[in-house]
Amino acid sequence: MKSLGNIRRSFAPWTDPDAKPFISFRNVTKKFGDFTAVDDLTLDIYHREFFALLGASGCGKSTLLRMLAGFERPTAGEIILDGQDIAGIPPYKRPVNMMFQSYALFPHMSVESNIGFGLRQDGMPKAEIAARVAQMLKLVKLEQFAKRKPHQLSGGQRQRVALARSLAKRPKVLLLDEPLGALDKKLREETQFELMDLQQELGLTFVVVTHDQEEAMTMADRIAVMSHGKVIQVATPAEIYEAPNSRFVADFIGDVNILDGKVSASGNGRIELATNEGFTVRTAAANAPATGSAAGFAIRPEKLKVTRAAPADASVNAAQGEIWDIGYLGDMTVFHVKLDSGKVVKASMLNAQREVEDPVAYDERVWVSFGETAGVVLKD
Amino acid sequence: MNSWSRFNIVSVVLGFTFLYLPIVLLVIFSFNESKLVTVWAGFSFKWYVSLFHNQGLMDAAWVTVRVGLLAASIATVLGTMAALALTRYTRFRGRLLFSGMVYAPLVMPEVITGLSLLLLFVAIGFDRGFWTVTLAHITFSMCFVTVVVQSRLLSFDRSIEEAALDLGATPVRTFFEVTLPVIAPAVLSGWMLALTLSLDDLVIASFTSGPGATTLPMKIYSQVRLGVTPEINAACTILIGLVAIGVVIASVMTKRREIQRQRDEQAAFAGR
Ligand SMILES: Nc1ncnc2c1ncn2[C@@H]1O[C@H](COP(=O)(O)OP(=O)(O)OP(=O)(O)O)[C@@H](O)[C@H]1O
Ligand SMILES: [Mg+2]
Repeated sequence: MKSLGNIRRSFAPWTDPDAKPFISFRNVTKKFGDFTAVDDLTLDIYHREFFALLGASGCGKSTLLRMLAGFERPTAGEIILDGQDIAGIPPYKRPVNMMFQSYALFPHMSVESNIGFGLRQDGMPKAEIAARVAQMLKLVKLEQFAKRKPHQLSGGQRQRVALARSLAKRPKVLLLDEPLGALDKKLREETQFELMDLQQELGLTFVVVTHDQEEAMTMADRIAVMSHGKVIQVATPAEIYEAPNSRFVADFIGDVNILDGKVSASGNGRIELATNEGFTVRTAAANAPATGSAAGFAIRPEKLKVTRAAPADASVNAAQGEIWDIGYLGDMTVFHVKLDSGKVVKASMLNAQREVEDPVAYDERVWVSFGETAGVVLKD
Repeated sequence: MNSWSRFNIVSVVLGFTFLYLPIVLLVIFSFNESKLVTVWAGFSFKWYVSLFHNQGLMDAAWVTVRVGLLAASIATVLGTMAALALTRYTRFRGRLLFSGMVYAPLVMPEVITGLSLLLLFVAIGFDRGFWTVTLAHITFSMCFVTVVVQSRLLSFDRSIEEAALDLGATPVRTFFEVTLPVIAPAVLSGWMLALTLSLDDLVIASFTSGPGATTLPMKIYSQVRLGVTPEINAACTILIGLVAIGVVIASVMTKRREIQRQRDEQAAFAGR
């Protein structure tokens, strides 16, 4: 069976029609005055899911989390948590903990007391609190900073304290607003995997807001791509990447080339698209648009092949152009190819070998080619 | 810019002389050996000694201290509450009126405050004495506390309160475990200010006090009318000392609070 991308684990309650969502947003709208921050949003999140919210700044991600945590009231719609409408429940009684985008550490308390704060509120015995705090400190690698105050820590260290504090109570649902933004790349990657392990181990449900696509792709079971208070697509990372449902998602996630044109033939799950670049793309299309309608074709740079010679197989889609720019990134090389129509497309090639024999150079004439299933047809 | 022009020097000297010469003279003559206030006859502590044997003055001092501590403490509680209401519930009806009214006593002539309180106490048949002075002092010093605490609250990062609620603290616990400790320096300097104001108030106390509740400034004022004695100088010197200490502590705390606040804010908004 063919599938999109690697499947991390066989966890997919969203495909099961009988599975009950753990968190449900039902037609939730949030207005600040005239401004609509969250717009008639419906979204299901399942128990033990690692769910990521991805979207441009100001699209309403934090507002969504804050409604779940209880700091904002939806203007309309309802939020169901574990079968219960949580509208009337104050934040301090919700089984939800949040890591704030601004960290919101208590400035007058040491790192230890910050982390233990929630446990003290629950009246946990002192010894247990100490043990849990120690465990959390170990998790975020801040053992030697236990006695410090927040203002004596670096930005990344504060972020880790905030993370530890929100995790300490092991809430049913953990909301993380940009949890790793201030960490350097290495620590960030480590922490990503630690978070995933922890989530698995404790069986928690995580909702993570992030700006970083790679981070969302790495950690999440599913990703919701948001724009202007609406969810545009909810799907697994592989689906989002390989089968974006719209131009917005295709463009937002990763690099993409979009070719516009008109459908010249359609049938049997395949279409021919006469592109504005002067060549025809023959491609598979899941639900093919009708002949004559306008459509777009999205293809990722790594799925384009750049060669000097025309592809031998005539069924392969191909167009001619010249090398406009070459970007060497170490792990791969990105070619900007200016097609004869004037449009510049990006193609990337993995540098699997250290040395390349006779590489293509600037201004050379080349062929750009791709197979029938390499791209996605966008109807909008 | 740093060069001191002659004009600058002259104006600074004149200004400070004008402000502090009388006080300096008073302090100097409190150590005078002679009974005559204006003739120097050598250094002595004798007026301080006799001051402590002057039962009338000592009683008045004791009243002043009690009124000051009580009034400052209650004014601090009320003033802090008013500051919280004014900064937190920004949309209640009549907020503008309320905040204006809180500030009014700051600029109200003391005579008017004193007189109106007197009329009130008389009208409701409240016997004048210790409690009326205390009430009056609470009334006029409360707004100073409000101003000090309010300026702190305006820069208070409320997300730490949300974090506390989120971690399961009830609103009351959140206030006592998070909000209050963070604004404590401002509350404390508000208290210092209220205490200082109460200690040296003459006008309002004169209107509202009754038999047996003469405060030190009132006592001094009435004695001076019978002639200045070096004993009064000594009492005033002590009073000046106390007030100066209070003001210095309050301003040092304000300064430290500023620095602390900047740090706290960096703590809260770090990273981006
Ligand atoms: N209390 C508020 N009053 C008015 N407008 C608000 C308020 N809170 C948020 N907004 C607005 O709602 C929109 C969504 O804000 P939100 O904080 O949810 O964005 P975000 O997606 O988290 O962005 P970022 O990635 O920058 O954190 C923004 O345009 C913001 O200006
Ligand atoms: Mg946000």
